[in-house]
Amino acid sequence: MKKLTELCLYDAREGLLNKDFTSKELVLDHIAVMESSRSLNAFITETPEIAIKSAENSDSRLNKGTNRDLEGIPIGVKDMFCTKGVLTTASSKMLSNFIPPYESTVTNNLWNEGAILLGKLNNDEFAMGSSNETSFYGPVINPWKGNNNEQNLVPGGSSGGSSASVAANISLGALGTDTGGSIRQPASFTGTVGLKPTYGRCSRWGIIAFASSLDQAGPITRNVRDNAILLKNMCSHDPKDTTSSSKKIPNFEESIGNSVKGLKVGIPNEFFQEGMSNEIIDIWDKGKEWLKKSGAEIIDISLPNTKYALPCYYIIAPAEASSNLARYDGVRFGHSVNSSDINEMYRATRSEGFGDEVKRRIMIGTYVLSSGYYDAYYLKAQKVRSLITEDYNKVFNSVDVILTPSTPNSAFGLNEKSDDPLSMYLNDIFTVPVNLAGLPAISVPAGLDSNGLPLGLQLIGKPFEEETIYSFAKVIEDSANFKNIENQWWVQ
Amino acid sequence: MSVDKDNVVKIAKLSKISFKDDEIEKFQEDLNQIIDWVDQLSEVNTETVSPTFSSFDNDKGMKKREDIINDGNYREDITVNAPNSEEGFFLVPKVID
Repeated sequence: MKKLTELCLYDAREGLLNKDFTSKELVLDHIAVMESSRSLNAFITETPEIAIKSAENSDSRLNKGTNRDLEGIPIGVKDMFCTKGVLTTASSKMLSNFIPPYESTVTNNLWNEGAILLGKLNNDEFAMGSSNETSFYGPVINPWKGNNNEQNLVPGGSSGGSSASVAANISLGALGTDTGGSIRQPASFTGTVGLKPTYGRCSRWGIIAFASSLDQAGPITRNVRDNAILLKNMCSHDPKDTTSSSKKIPNFEESIGNSVKGLKVGIPNEFFQEGMSNEIIDIWDKGKEWLKKSGAEIIDISLPNTKYALPCYYIIAPAEASSNLARYDGVRFGHSVNSSDINEMYRATRSEGFGDEVKRRIMIGTYVLSSGYYDAYYLKAQKVRSLITEDYNKVFNSVDVILTPSTPNSAFGLNEKSDDPLSMYLNDIFTVPVNLAGLPAISVPAGLDSNGLPLGLQLIGKPFEEETIYSFAKVIEDSANFKNIENQWWVQ
Repeated sequence: MSVDKDNVVKIAKLSKISFKDDEIEKFQEDLNQIIDWVDQLSEVNTETVSPTFSSFDNDKGMKKREDIINDGNYREDITVNAPNSEEGFFLVPKVID
C-alpha cells in the first residue's frame, strides 16, 4: 500500500469512507511529514494538537455515518486567512503577535465540511511578492531542484508555502490567495494545480486585505479533481462580503471528465513575448495539440491591451494596498512601538513592522493617489483596466477558454531576483490581466523544461465558468501525464 | 528622475513611514524605476473610457442589508490584541495638549 501522505485528496477521502484507515492515522502521517520537512520552511505555525483532536472527532462521525464532504481531510492554510485562536501573521513582523478572535468565511466553510487544519503556511509578506522571499519568517524552499544542481529554488509566491507543502506531500491540499498570480505562479513553479476563482466566488471576509478589488481565495492541489472538490467547499454567498456572489455554486467535481469536443480555445497573439524561451513556446504548442486531439477547436485571438496589464496592476494594487495597510498603526493589534507622540508612534510602528517590499508598495500607492498625481496614474490605470476587461469580454463572444503559459519561466534561484523589484514584477506578466478583469483561471502542470523543472499552462475562463476550466484542465492533466517529484531530498 | 528626494520625503510622511538617509536614496531609485515604467500607460488613449473600480458583477448592484444591528457585545475580543487597553478602551498617547 502507498504511504498515506502519497494519496491525493480524492483517494484519501475514498479510503476514509471505505475504512481502509482512520482520519487519525492520516493526520498523524501528515504531521510526521510536516515535521520531517521543516527544512522547506513551508509552515509558520504547525497545529498538530488541533489536527489530532479534529481527526478524533472526524473518526467518530465517520463511524456514526454523520460524515461531511471533507470529513477527516488535513489541509494547510496560507497565513493570510484569519483562524480563530491560531496565530495569523500575513508573514509580517507587523502581525507576528496577532491571534484573531474570529474565523475567515472560507476556512469556516471548510471546517464545517470536516476538513482539518494542519498548520498555517508561509507566504510573501502581506502576499506582496512572487518568490516567497519577502516573508518575515524567511523564504520557502521549492521541493524541486534543477537537474544535477544543488541550488535552492523559490517555490513562487506569494502562496509559496501552500505550493511547496502540496508538492512535498505535506498536506492533501492548501489554500492560497491570488491578487496578481499568487496561486497560479507558485502552482506552475511546483508542478501543482492552482485555481483563482472568479472575483466574488469566494468570500474575502477574514482574509487579510491586500488589494480588495483583485484579491481572491483559491485551492492548490496535486490534481484537478482535488482542486474542484476543495473549491466547492470554499465557496458560499456571504452577507459579510458585499462583493461575494449569490450565484448558484455548482458541484465543480461533476465537470471533470466532461468532453471539450466542439468547444473553442483562444490563443492570444499578444502573449507571445519577445525573447520568450523556446521551452515555453513548446509547452504551449503541446497544450494546443492536446486540446485539438480532444476535439476542441483552436482559434487565434487578439487581446490588444495585454502589454498594459502589468503597469496597470502596479498602480492599482499598490494604491489599494496603501489604503488597506493604513490600519496598521500600533493601536488596536499587531506590532507596536511606544512613544509619547502619536505620529511618532505610528511612524516607528510602521517603519519597524513592515518589510521593504511592503514599504515600497505603500509608497507607490500613496504617490499615485496623492494630490496632483491621482488623475495621471490611479484614474488612468482604472480606465486602462476597463479596456483590458473589454478585450476579454469581446473575445469570450467567440471562444470558451483561453490557453496561455502560466509563467514566462520555470522556478528561479533563491536571491536571483530579490534585489530588482521590476524584474520580480515581470514574473506575473501572464497572470495579472486575469485579476484585473475578475476572471477565473487555473494553472495545470504540463511538463518539465530541459532543466527538469515543472512548467504550467494557464486556462482562463468566462466569469463563473470554473466548470469549463476544470473540464479543459482535466484534458491537459491526462495528456501531460505529469509525475510529482520523487526524490524527497529535504526529508530529515 | 520623475520623483525627487523632497517628493520621496513627502510621500514617506503621508505614508507614516520614516526612512534613514541612505534608505531614502534606495527608495527614490526604486520608485523612479517603477514610476517610469508604469508611465507607459500615458500612451493609451482613454478619452472616452470610463474607469473600472471593481470587476464585481454589478448586475443587480451591491447588495444592501437592512440597517439594523446584527452584531456586537464582544468588546473583550476586540481589545484582546491591543498593546494597550483599559476598561474596554484602546489607549493612545495624548493627542491634544
